[in-house]
This record gives sequence, C-alpha cells and structure tokens, in this order.
Amino acid sequence: MTLELDQLACGYGRQPVLTGVDLTVDGGELVCLLGPNGSGKTALLKTLAGLLAPLGGQVRIDGRAWADWPARERARLLAYVPQAHAPVFAFKVRDVVVMGRTAQWPLWSGPTPRDWRAAEAALSLVQMDAFADRLYTEISGGERQMTMIARALAQEARFLALDEPASSLDFGNQARMLQTLRRLVKSGIGVLMATHHPEHALRCASRVAIMRDGRLQRAGPPEEIVTAASLESVYRVPFVVSELPCDQPKPIRVCVAQLD
Amino acid sequence: MNDPDIRPESEAVRQTIPPAAVGVRNSLWLRTAILAAALVVSVGISLRYGAHPLSWADLLQVWFPSASDSAGTGRATVISLLWEIRLPRVLAALAVGAGLSVAGASYQGLFRNSLVSPDILGASAGAALGAALGLLLSLSIIGIQMLAFFCGLGAVTLTYLLSRTVGGGHFTLRLVLTGMVVSSLFMAGISVIKALADPYSKLPAITFWLMGSLSSVTRADVRLLAIPLAAGIVALLALRWPLNAMALGDEEARALGVPTGLVRLLVLVSATLVTSATVAVGGMVGWVGLMVPHVTRFWVGPNHRELLPVSALLGALFLLWADNLARWMFAVEFPLGVVTCACGVPVFLFMLRRSQRSWAA
Repeated sequence: MTLELDQLACGYGRQPVLTGVDLTVDGGELVCLLGPNGSGKTALLKTLAGLLAPLGGQVRIDGRAWADWPARERARLLAYVPQAHAPVFAFKVRDVVVMGRTAQWPLWSGPTPRDWRAAEAALSLVQMDAFADRLYTEISGGERQMTMIARALAQEARFLALDEPASSLDFGNQARMLQTLRRLVKSGIGVLMATHHPEHALRCASRVAIMRDGRLQRAGPPEEIVTAASLESVYRVPFVVSELPCDQPKPIRVCVAQLD
Repeated sequence: MNDPDIRPESEAVRQTIPPAAVGVRNSLWLRTAILAAALVVSVGISLRYGAHPLSWADLLQVWFPSASDSAGTGRATVISLLWEIRLPRVLAALAVGAGLSVAGASYQGLFRNSLVSPDILGASAGAALGAALGLLLSLSIIGIQMLAFFCGLGAVTLTYLLSRTVGGGHFTLRLVLTGMVVSSLFMAGISVIKALADPYSKLPAITFWLMGSLSSVTRADVRLLAIPLAAGIVALLALRWPLNAMALGDEEARALGVPTGLVRLLVLVSATLVTSATVAVGGMVGWVGLMVPHVTRFWVGPNHRELLPVSALLGALFLLWADNLARWMFAVEFPLGVVTCACGVPVFLFMLRRSQRSWAA
C-alpha cells in the first residue's frame, strides 16, 4: 500500500503554506519531515488526516484519491497524532486509547472486548499499562503524548502521521517511541513523522524530506540529506554532524548546533 | 499492529477483557442499582404522601384487592387518586428530570463546556414563548403544550439556520452565540405577552408556568411527553461513544473517523426534542440540566457510557424530590423552578469549591 502526495498544496483558510509537494510513503517505510517552525509540516499532516482540505494537488492511497475514501475508511487507513492536545474532560487514559478504535464500531455502538484488548495492547506497547486507569488530565505532557501514540496504535491503521511526537518526551520515552516505530515499520506500517530532531531521522528514517520556504526542498536517504550543510540551510545556524565510535553495524551520527 | 511479533507482551492481555474495564462496568452496575433502588423507594413515598395522605395498606390494596377496606378508604378512590393525579405527576417528574439531565450532559459533551445547559440554543425560551402565547390566547392545555413544543423546536431551528448563514469563527461558537441571541429575542417576546396579558386572569398563570410546575400534569400530558422524550433519550444514549470522541475535540473526532457534522446534528435534534417536550409539560425548570450532569461527572467521570444513564437516574431522583418539596413544603403549591434553583445553587457552589476535576479537568 502506498500513500502518494501529488503536487499537494496545503494551508489554513485559503492561504497555502506549502505548495507543490510530491512525496510517496510506502508501507514498511518511515519518512521524516524536517523543517523550521512554520514550514508547513503540521499543515501537511493535518491535510493527510482530513482535517484540512487540500488547496491543490491530490493525496492518493493505492491510486485512489483520498477525498473519495469515506471518513471511517480513512481512519482505518491513517492514524494521526497531533502535536499537542488540550483535554477538557477527565477521561481515563484507557478510554482515550480505546477511542482510537472508533472507526471499528458502528456509530450507535461502542467498543467490544476485542477493542478493549487492542487498547490494552497498545498501552502495553508504549509501556503505559500502569497509567490505564489514571485521568488523562492528571498525567504529564509526555505521558499524554505517549497516550496519543498508543491511541494511534490502537487504531491499527496502515499509515501513521505523527506531528512531532517526541516534543514532550523525556530521553527514555523518546528512545522507547523510536524503538516502537521501528518495530511497527518492520511489520509493514508506513510512517510519516514531522520532527525537530535530525538524529531521530538518522536513527530511524528510511527517507528524509526537508521543507523550507513553502516547498519540499529535497528528499532522500537520511545519510545524504541530513548533513551539516543542509541543516544549516534549513535552520540558519551552523551545525556539526559527527559519527560516534560504536560496535553497531551502522555508524551512529549525532547533530549538534554550534554556539558562539 | 498487524504483526503479532511487535506486541509479544500483550498476549496474556489479549485473552481477557482488561480487569479494570470489568471493574468499571461492575461499579457502574452497582451505582445504577443503588440509584434504581433509591428511585423505587422515592416513587413509593411520593405516591403515598400529598394533600390527601395514603397509608401503605392503601397503596397495597391497589394490587391486592383482598386487603381493601381495612384502611377505610375505598379502593376505587385510591386508584382514582393515584391514577389520575399522583402517578402522572410522579412519572412527569421522573421524565422531566431524566430528560433535562441527559440533554444537559449531551450538550456539555458536544460543546466541550460544563457550563452549557439544555436551553443554550433557545429551546427553553422558544417553548416558553409558545406556552405564554397559548395561555394568552386561552388555548386548551393540549394546545398550549403543542404550541410550546413546536416553538421550542422552531427556536433551535432558527438558531441553527442563523449560525449557518452568519459567517466567521468556529461553527460551535457561532451556534452558541446565535442561541443566546435567539433566546433573548424570544424572552423579549415573552415580556411583550406578559405586558399584554390580563393582570388578573392570565398573567399569574403565565408567570407561574414560566417558573416551572407539574401541578396540572395529567395522564394525557405524560403520554404526550413519553414519545419525544423516549426517542430523544434513546438516540442520545446510542450516541454515547461518538459524544466521547467529540468531547475530546472536533479535530480529534474527525481524525478518528467520526462524522462530526452528522453527530452534531443528531445530538442537537435529540436534545432539543427532549428539552422542548419537558418545557411543554413542566414549564421552565432551571438548573437540572446544568447541575445534575456536573454532580454525575464528579461521581462517575466524563465517559458518556456511564454519564448519560447515571445522569438520567440522578436527574429523575432529584426532580422527583424537588417536586415533592414543591408539593409538601407549604399549604399551597410552590413553583418547581424555585425549588430546583434553591437546591441547585448551593450544590453547584459546593461542587465548584470541592473539586476542579468534576467539571473542568
């Protein structure tokens, strides 16, 4: 299964923030979106999730235009994790996660035992089992983000669209999330992830797409795209990209911004 | 999630429903059972006491004629009193309380705001205008109720159409603001009717009705109330999970595959149906639809699976006792809306003070 973006233009209202995006994401592939604040990453992911209407071009899954898929089918194909979520009511974490299964049951019905098991399994996958009965409003921002990721996993979609999923996570949770994503990708899921961590792209991505000035500038393998020069051109500060000595088959590269 | 290898640790979990989910279900059943038992006892007490008190033996002889005459009141008189006066009133109190509470909880979930009450879109003001007009025109009681019901529906339809035509801002915000405008318009209409009404014969009836009362409820009223109320409550109960998703936020719900436009429309129509029907029968009974969902959310949490049925039971219980107080407190009937307000204000302030979690968290 392939997610195709064909000359896609997206933005808020009638004002495009991003135009002419050509990109494909295959099942079993993780594509990272890198770009400065305001470069249109969120608008792109929201357009994929059906929350913004495309302002031009097309999104297709398996050759069929995204707009032609019914909303419930879309939710079964693509799960979206927002950048932040401000809850109003004190739902239990378990209830929030099981809502990821909404597209699996009829409108007038509710979760079946299978749905509860899937929610439990998703929580277990991100090691949030102990939080299942906690109130969503009373956990930390990072735990809330892990809950959102668990909800997307419970959705059992073929593609995941993640908007800066590591922005509130501590080091340990970042590593666990990346590990989980790797395993999901190995199982055939396609992931499109916006991130402000070039190292995450280097560790996990199959491909990296760089966005700037309202365009998708370059896309390719992380080793080719994530270089000191390209990072400097994106973020407008000097970078050092260096390989760490380690006993792993693939060298580990780190990116550090240079300070005066 | 398609590859079983990615979740090896979850195998044990797969075999059973999560214990905590079972616990939630058990606790819901327990709470529902406690409320149902309280309701049964309260209905018995409400049927027994009134301007003409009955004994338990009088009540029993309705079902067991062999026990008749021992209490001194004829069985036929007791049946007539219960069947024509007390039972319709008790049923109306249960239905109005349950309906307003379920409508209030649904509106609050839909608008993600715990301060929303069932009259937010103008249903109460519309129904009140219809009833006041009916009283002014000296219509029959059925005519007054039908006019109230359709004016309530008309007010919400007007709110909906206006919010679609005026542009700008988020739709939900537009809907609430136009609801306030339409309510004000209809309340102004009520003021005009009160100014035109005969101050000796019609104005007291209009004023008393606007304060809410179940004193003149008949069996016909209960029948009239039953169909829209049952249809509305059943529809809202059926929409409990989409309402949960909507309570997370519009974008969240859409991303999860919820047809938000359809769900919003169904919830608005159902809740309006329920609110208009209750106002048509009982007048403007305030605070129930605002306070009961608050208390219930504090007790069972915000999940509409528990919130809606428990709100219905708690609302029915609350209004039954509010109506009992209205009947019993003084020699003359007291307006029901005043009793619900007198009970609602301190409870609401207590809830506000006691816990942020119950209403805002």
